[in-house]
Amino acid sequence: MDYERLGLKAGIEIHQQLDTEQKLFCRCPTALREADERNGEFCRYLRATESEMGEIDRAAEEEMMVMRRFRYYTYDTTCLVEADEEPPAPMNPEALAVALTIARLFSMSPVPQVHTMRKLVIDGSNTSGFQRTALVAMGGLLPNGGAVETICLEEEAAQRIDDQTFSLDRLGIPLVEITTSPCLHTPEAVQETAEYIGMVLRSTGRVKRGIGTIRQDINISIRDGARVEIKGVQDLDLIAETVRREVQRQQALLAIRDELRERGARVSGEAIDVTDLFKGTRSSILKKAATILAVPLPGFAGLVGRETQPGRRLGSEMADYARKCGVGGIFHTDELPAYGITAGEVARLAAFCGAGPQDAVVLVSGTPDRAACAARQVQRRAAMALEGVPEETRRMLEGGSTAYMRPLPGAARMYPETDVFPVEISETLWRSIPLPELLTERAERFTAELGLDRTLARQIAFSEQLPLFERAVAEGCRPALACRTLVGTLRELRRSGVATERLADAQILEVLRAVEEGRVAKEAVPVVLTAVAAGQTVDAAIEQAVPPLSLRELEALVESILSDRSAFVREKGRASLGPLMGVVMREVRGRVDGKVVSEVLMKKIGQMLGE
Amino acid sequence: MTASFQAGDRIQCAHGGRLLDGTYITERDGMVVIKLGSGYNIGVPGDCCTFVERPRPARPTPAAVEQDPSLPELSIVSTGGTIASRVDYRTGAVTSQFDADDILRAIPGLGRIARFRTRQVSTILSENMTPAIWQALARTIYEEVKDGAAGVIVTHGTDTMAYTAAAVSFMVRSPVPIVFVGSQRSADRPSSDNVMNALCSAAAAAGDLGEVAVVMHATSSDDVCAIHRATRVRKMHTSRRDAFQSIGIPPIGTVEYPSLQVRLREEAVRRGSLDPALHTDLEEKCGLLYFYPGMPASVLECFEGYEGLVLAGSGLGHVSTRWIEPLKRLIDGGTTVVMTSQCLHGRVCDRVYDTGRDLLAIGVVEGEDMLPEAALAKVMWVLARERDPEAVRRLLQTDLVGEITRCSCHGL
Repeated sequence: MDYERLGLKAGIEIHQQLDTEQKLFCRCPTALREADERNGEFCRYLRATESEMGEIDRAAEEEMMVMRRFRYYTYDTTCLVEADEEPPAPMNPEALAVALTIARLFSMSPVPQVHTMRKLVIDGSNTSGFQRTALVAMGGLLPNGGAVETICLEEEAAQRIDDQTFSLDRLGIPLVEITTSPCLHTPEAVQETAEYIGMVLRSTGRVKRGIGTIRQDINISIRDGARVEIKGVQDLDLIAETVRREVQRQQALLAIRDELRERGARVSGEAIDVTDLFKGTRSSILKKAATILAVPLPGFAGLVGRETQPGRRLGSEMADYARKCGVGGIFHTDELPAYGITAGEVARLAAFCGAGPQDAVVLVSGTPDRAACAARQVQRRAAMALEGVPEETRRMLEGGSTAYMRPLPGAARMYPETDVFPVEISETLWRSIPLPELLTERAERFTAELGLDRTLARQIAFSEQLPLFERAVAEGCRPALACRTLVGTLRELRRSGVATERLADAQILEVLRAVEEGRVAKEAVPVVLTAVAAGQTVDAAIEQAVPPLSLRELEALVESILSDRSAFVREKGRASLGPLMGVVMREVRGRVDGKVVSEVLMKKIGQMLGE
Repeated sequence: MTASFQAGDRIQCAHGGRLLDGTYITERDGMVVIKLGSGYNIGVPGDCCTFVERPRPARPTPAAVEQDPSLPELSIVSTGGTIASRVDYRTGAVTSQFDADDILRAIPGLGRIARFRTRQVSTILSENMTPAIWQALARTIYEEVKDGAAGVIVTHGTDTMAYTAAAVSFMVRSPVPIVFVGSQRSADRPSSDNVMNALCSAAAAAGDLGEVAVVMHATSSDDVCAIHRATRVRKMHTSRRDAFQSIGIPPIGTVEYPSLQVRLREEAVRRGSLDPALHTDLEEKCGLLYFYPGMPASVLECFEGYEGLVLAGSGLGHVSTRWIEPLKRLIDGGTTVVMTSQCLHGRVCDRVYDTGRDLLAIGVVEGEDMLPEAALAKVMWVLARERDPEAVRRLLQTDLVGEITRCSCHGL
């Protein structure tokens, strides 16, 4: 696919949780909790309010189509700020410092006076109905020539437990949002840029790690298409595929548009009440419905069912819009007869609606209000198909396809957070912000200074174990051993079911030091760590893994090795000590100090040579 | 120069080697605040900004408020406060600017409960409330009742709502409900409690109640509002939605949300029980003093010449023994001194300990189980119509509008 010819323009927004002690606007810890640890819950309704310019944001307005009752779980680690029952505390300076560090790494200019804003989000993910966010710096650079437009410091939203239930533990964790310009022109470039930004973020050593701590939103358009924002791509490896599928979708929608126009298709008229037509139907959904409405779409036959992305059709997009009214979905004639609706019923439906072979009919069902709302939404989406690609916010589905979420929000959703004072970024503060070494640079330094091979150096530099590795090296452990243990051994142990999360950093360090001190052979490290993870002390684990060897046992062992190699000893004389030392050490696997081995070996060689 | 910019002007600012386009909002802490196209506000030094253009204001005209003539007519009397607040984007503070029409427009659901007419007594933050405004408010409420309102809703800031509601209880007799309502979270946020409180207060005002009440969230959830008797209610939390609690009695009713079903307890005064009457005279030279250990008695000198003084004493109703003499001088000088308790829950009894007996001996009036706020409003009202010390004492210790309970119920 020639993406440049298609006019692909993409930009990304990366949301990364910061690893600070406290939340952004309260003093609660940034700890994630299990839902069953909750100590209470409450419920709220949210409604869209006017912005300072006197408008209501279109995305917020759409969320209000159904009045929803949201439920929130509270914990002994959340407070009234998360419950929207207390004004926010001043912006957490620790989080601001991390955001400024990141800004420096992208060579950005800080905003002289940072203002906290309220970004209207009334899908329930914020108890207040808005997310607090502040623009911190602008105008950064990417190595591929692209631009980082802005970095914002935001509060994380509440974690959704189910459709209308949220957990308050995550709400308020500091988050940076890094937005690039639409400077990316291939799916691969989008993915590479996301990887690069992720690397820069991790270079600070102050970001949270693990699933859900980083999320990517992708903005995509092609020529004649429209800007679509895909929210919450968590998996880096899926980014390129998501871009490819969105390009495919926009192309498909443009092709549908052209065909609709050629056919003279139109969207007009009212929805038709066909409830009586389906009396006695075998379709379980229609049987339960109080009202069934039909939306005739002249000229749409075959196109409603046409695929736009793997597993998605124009009909799926109509269904996404209809669901905003609280209905479960839609039926359309391109997929009927099916779902218990018979060919006879389809024929009667078409006749009743006056639909010919070129026409499609969409069915919606529900309470009278919901069905009417859903029918209007289907008509709205069908009308958009005549225009091409609608601007919208979409959410990820498994595999990289997407579904409609809401319209693209506008600037009308932002208004000042009056309860938080602005923060000035003085020249002194800006200059005092440390500029950490990038992980890529660090990996190169590890190769140059510590002699690690490139792959291993990169692995440890990008690993969560980096701080521990640096400590181990500083304490005199061999870099290669520390590195292999931290990135290789621990992972292998975890995969084989060892509870490596129970290993304290200090314990791992102690094991590494024991190797250096000759108390245990490096080969025994996995066994020792396994025993420590199971609850033993390091000393006990070493002792158990490596039972001490008595002097007599050692002498017997050495004698046996020497007798196997007597020819070699006689040939080389005392010079055989070096090679044989290795052989013996392998056998004793660190159970005896190297110095003792050397003494015994020397004595026995002497005896063999008759000295 | 920034002085030439007006809110809404398009301006351009040089920042970080780039030119930023934005809308001028205000000047704050020496910085020009601009709104960027993305909706973010930032502050930049004024000398890097230049004027671009002044767009014509395009604020949409407010929609007309629709009324259903078949519904009963309620009167909304507004005084200001958070329920009627709007953010001032120049100063960044929340100020009271809404009038009652704006409230109707902001809460469309009100139109399904009743018809409304609106009166505006003041637009102040409740800390700026005065007895003079209480009197103006009482007159307005009375006029509305006489004018046939089926109920009156008073929008009020929550901080001093309990004082005003208690004062109105003494000043206005009404056959229809007079319902005070406010909100703890500002109206500009999607989660504001103003919608639910307003709808529940309207339901209560259209219901069978016949006394002055405060209607506010009963819990942190958007599920039920409590109807509190005006003389027994207190703001017990700085910021929670359920800050208002009845003290010494249970709430006199509830309003469920969103069904808006009103349930009144047996004790609630019913619609039509009282004839309308207005007694707005108040003796404003009255004070309220919260005693603390070590508080110098010289504080009392400030109240010399006062007609009335409510003490929020410790425990059963005490102040330091060192206060006995100065208090005696105050009382001998003509000041009526009423003892209440900072415990809030429970009844004053100055007959248990020596200090209490001394207080009684010098003429301090035991305030029964009155809340200090209600006692202040009451002493103002009583002293405006009665000066004979014995008659004053009798009135102060008589339950007039539910401010005193005859017995302290178990469990409350």
